[in-house]
Amino acid sequence: MTKKLRVKTGKAIDETYRISFKFNGKTYYGFKGDTLSSALLANDVHLVGRSFKYHRPRGIMTAGSEEPNAIVQLHDNSSRSEPNVRATEVEIYEGLDASSQNCWPSVKFDVGGINNFLSPLLPAGFYYKTFMWPASFWEKYEYFIRKSAGLGKSPTEPDPDVYEHKYIHCDVLVIGSGISGIMAAKTAAKNEFKTLLVDEKPNLGGSTIYQNSDYFKINNQNSNSWLEKEINEIKKLKNLEIKTRTSVAAYHGYNFLLARENLTDHLPVEQRKDKTRHKLLKIRAKKVITATGSIERPMVFDNNDRPGILLSSAIKRYADFFGVACGEKNVLFTNNDSAYETAISLIQKGINIEAIIDNREEVDSKLVYEVEKNNIKIFKGYTVTDTFGYKRINRISIKQLSKDGQKVVGPRINLSCDCLGVSGGWTPAVHLFTQSGGKLKFKDEDQVFIPNTYPSDQLSIGSCNGDFTLDEILKNTPKSLKEFLDIKNTEYESLEIISSTNKSKRNIWLLPSDKVIGKTKSFVDYQNDATAKDIKLALREGFRSIEHVKRYTTTGMGTDQGKLGNMHALGIISETAGVKMGELGTTTFRPPYTPLTFGTIVGRNVGEYFDIFRKTPIHSWHEVNKAEFENVGQWKRAWYYPKENENMHQAVQRESKAARESAGILDASTLGKIDIQGTDASEFLNRVYTNAWSKLAIGKCRYGLMLNEDGMVYDDGVTTRLDENHYIMTTTTGGAANVMSKLEDYLQTEWPELDVYLTSVTDHFATVSVCGPNSKKIVSEVIPDLDFSDESFPHMSFKNAKIGKINCRVMRISFTGEHSYEINIQANYGKSVWEKCMDAGKDYNITPYGTETMHLLRAEKGFIIVGQDTDATMTPIDLQMDWIVSKKKYDFIGKRSLYRSDTIREDRKQLVGLLTDDPNEILEEGAQIVADVNKSPIEMLGHITSSYYSPNLKKSIALGVVKGGKNMMGQKLIIPMEKKNINVTVADPVFLDKENKRLNA
Amino acid sequence: MFIITCPFCGEREQSEFKAGGEAHIVRPKQPTELSDDEWAEYLFMRKNIKGIQFERWNHTHGCRKWFNMVRDTSNDEIKAIYKMGEKPPIE
Repeated sequence: MTKKLRVKTGKAIDETYRISFKFNGKTYYGFKGDTLSSALLANDVHLVGRSFKYHRPRGIMTAGSEEPNAIVQLHDNSSRSEPNVRATEVEIYEGLDASSQNCWPSVKFDVGGINNFLSPLLPAGFYYKTFMWPASFWEKYEYFIRKSAGLGKSPTEPDPDVYEHKYIHCDVLVIGSGISGIMAAKTAAKNEFKTLLVDEKPNLGGSTIYQNSDYFKINNQNSNSWLEKEINEIKKLKNLEIKTRTSVAAYHGYNFLLARENLTDHLPVEQRKDKTRHKLLKIRAKKVITATGSIERPMVFDNNDRPGILLSSAIKRYADFFGVACGEKNVLFTNNDSAYETAISLIQKGINIEAIIDNREEVDSKLVYEVEKNNIKIFKGYTVTDTFGYKRINRISIKQLSKDGQKVVGPRINLSCDCLGVSGGWTPAVHLFTQSGGKLKFKDEDQVFIPNTYPSDQLSIGSCNGDFTLDEILKNTPKSLKEFLDIKNTEYESLEIISSTNKSKRNIWLLPSDKVIGKTKSFVDYQNDATAKDIKLALREGFRSIEHVKRYTTTGMGTDQGKLGNMHALGIISETAGVKMGELGTTTFRPPYTPLTFGTIVGRNVGEYFDIFRKTPIHSWHEVNKAEFENVGQWKRAWYYPKENENMHQAVQRESKAARESAGILDASTLGKIDIQGTDASEFLNRVYTNAWSKLAIGKCRYGLMLNEDGMVYDDGVTTRLDENHYIMTTTTGGAANVMSKLEDYLQTEWPELDVYLTSVTDHFATVSVCGPNSKKIVSEVIPDLDFSDESFPHMSFKNAKIGKINCRVMRISFTGEHSYEINIQANYGKSVWEKCMDAGKDYNITPYGTETMHLLRAEKGFIIVGQDTDATMTPIDLQMDWIVSKKKYDFIGKRSLYRSDTIREDRKQLVGLLTDDPNEILEEGAQIVADVNKSPIEMLGHITSSYYSPNLKKSIALGVVKGGKNMMGQKLIIPMEKKNINVTVADPVFLDKENKRLNA
Repeated sequence: MFIITCPFCGEREQSEFKAGGEAHIVRPKQPTELSDDEWAEYLFMRKNIKGIQFERWNHTHGCRKWFNMVRDTSNDEIKAIYKMGEKPPIE
């Protein structure tokens, strides 16, 4: 038997356009304009999900973004699969496929439902209390907890959609297009403010747009018709941009807001191709007007969560806007007048109302009289005490409230129903206001928190500011706008208003029941299954701060962030603890207001656009020659050049041998280069490096070590004196930008008196490094005019030269320990110089090598890599590099720190060489170093920082840091690995050519 | 996200800037004369207060100049901005 649940035509519905969709595998039909929730309700489907903890059956509760229960998975098992979507916000389209979450095997029969019967065993903090002991069991507990926790399923395939970010600057941003938002947007735009109006829904007008009743009139028209005309007018305004389906997620300081504009989610999947799905709008507004409205409160009574229980305002919206009756036997339960607005709408549409239960004993209100005229039974001074029906409500029990509202009295009355609408009054949506840093105040008469002090140029208007009735909104909004926008007049000065709402309200945060509280399930947070009992338990156990109660009970911690239940939680705490609401404060509202997908957050910064990557001018050659690349900072550096089927180890062994035996070539363009000029350049270097610079002759190069002020090694590199007052400094590849910043910082803030100019020239030059016994022959062929004799061009010196007509700088410096030259040339000639070197080196088996071989070669020589062999705890003394620390200089950055009580300790970790007893055993970088494996606990002495198999020495070599290692030369140590202990001997970190014969060869 | 008025470039987004810790900590002229405690005071001790704080900022993605800012850390209100070497305009 099909029920007739579509009533007249809803405002939003096009009944000529039928749409089919699937829910839990079954096909249903709805109309264009329906949301998933309105379409399901029209098909008499209330049960849509299971609750998080007790797996209780849950139904659609609201008609908006505050929905706690009806969260569904869309397009499961496809690349567009999306969990935790609110059915109330999904606009249906042909082919929509939605399914329930958190239930197995199905929403109608859910094995987890057993938790409902176990619930006495699952109180607040259950997980914290139970799974603590023994600690070693946690891994086993976790497996089962993870399995039963969580809501939807994450997609397993890459997101096929495209997302974008966009910056918007405007004079006035209006958030929310209810009646006050429309008035604000029109007033701002007409007064020459560049205005942006956003609303999360697909249409404008908020709840007034379907308020079609003689009891709410503006200038003699029903309020909906009046507003519709206003909307038609603002659509023509040139100064106003309107964005619907746009939800403000975050309101940061200085009026910076993030909003998500939803562009394709309402379209059939095949129409989304090549379209942007969401835009993340980054809005900077001079002024912000928040008109976010208010959210109706449910009420807290026993079993208040059954499918078929909805907010009274949601029932009205479904009837007026979507033309859907939520039930055939409706009962409304209220403590204020709003439920009567719903009743009048239902009466207009011929939807049956069985009864209204009103907490209030006496009400003098036109709306109530109107409802009574229609012979609807109103139980005044009554409350609902219990509800029945497992998968759908079928009956309620009511009882009379005592005078003080603390108890129920008299006989129990049972009423049968298939839908219960509840209205506990309204909570202003102050989420965005508080996110911006605004402070709230508590308004006793309405029992609400409203905006008090604004942290930026902003205004809250309408019901989010506590104006709940039409006449309050229409009177107060123009007044506020005039002051805020500094204008003389608005169009809304002399409106004739009929607004029949009586503001009386009987607010009882936790309604009394005839059962003891321990036997009730009165839900406060539906999504996280937190009940009034849980909150009381938390207070009994000593929690007082609202922030602590929230975390202990998980109230307000679901994806809905407690939009419905937070006020009740506060109310119950306030009543139980005897603290006034105003003094209790609220928990912090955090962005986003509604969940954002990761795609929206990252926008186009995915895949190859995730980060910038920098390529050297020689990059294309490396690509053609099949180099593998590694990321060094933002650079892509050639890592190694495998030949045929070589793996990395084989390639590196071959490259390393060639570099020592004949010639190797490295692209060193990524090294940071800073051009330093000025009459105080030498003095500046003296202050930033540990060694002395004043006496460096023009044309000579020197290695320098830079410390932080705390004495720890920061960077290193070779600096060349090009002229009296002109140096070029090289830095590590990864440290270049930081070194530049650090030097600028000291120059600008500590030593502004120095005449020094710094320019980053990293990208200006390509650097080709040729090393090995045959390097001199190769570079002599590339630059035939230059005198490469050792007398004229010794190690650590520099010469200007020309290749053809192009100037270049040639340094004879070495990071490999081999005789080697670096040619620096204008970047765009880099590749041609590289190729010239390759040509010239053909007869010498010149071998391109990458960063891995470079690391191996320098390790053979015991040269450190800052950041690999050092971390922020290594001084030059720890590195056994005392030779580079000037004793004569009065001061340099970090000098004083080198003799702090901590830095002079003998047992600091110091850099040493390590040789394995078995020369073929290669140690793992990062492995621990110990002396005694039998002592418990084993004392960790240090760790391996660099480790390689050296083809030139035909043995494994390693560098590591060891406590007191400097004085342990020749001592045996142990590297304990999973399967065995490896014996090593502490050695000099310089493994090859201690006398530097090869450098000068 | 703040809007910061760089004393050299004018109003810019915070994303162009980098914060550089507490301001007005002068590097000692003669570090070698200092005791461990005195040096540690310069090196490590920084204020982190709720309220008015004096900070260094750098316009990293702009003119790259350092300057000082007085900011109320409780509400992020920028009270004053002034160049390096200048006296703070408020106490």
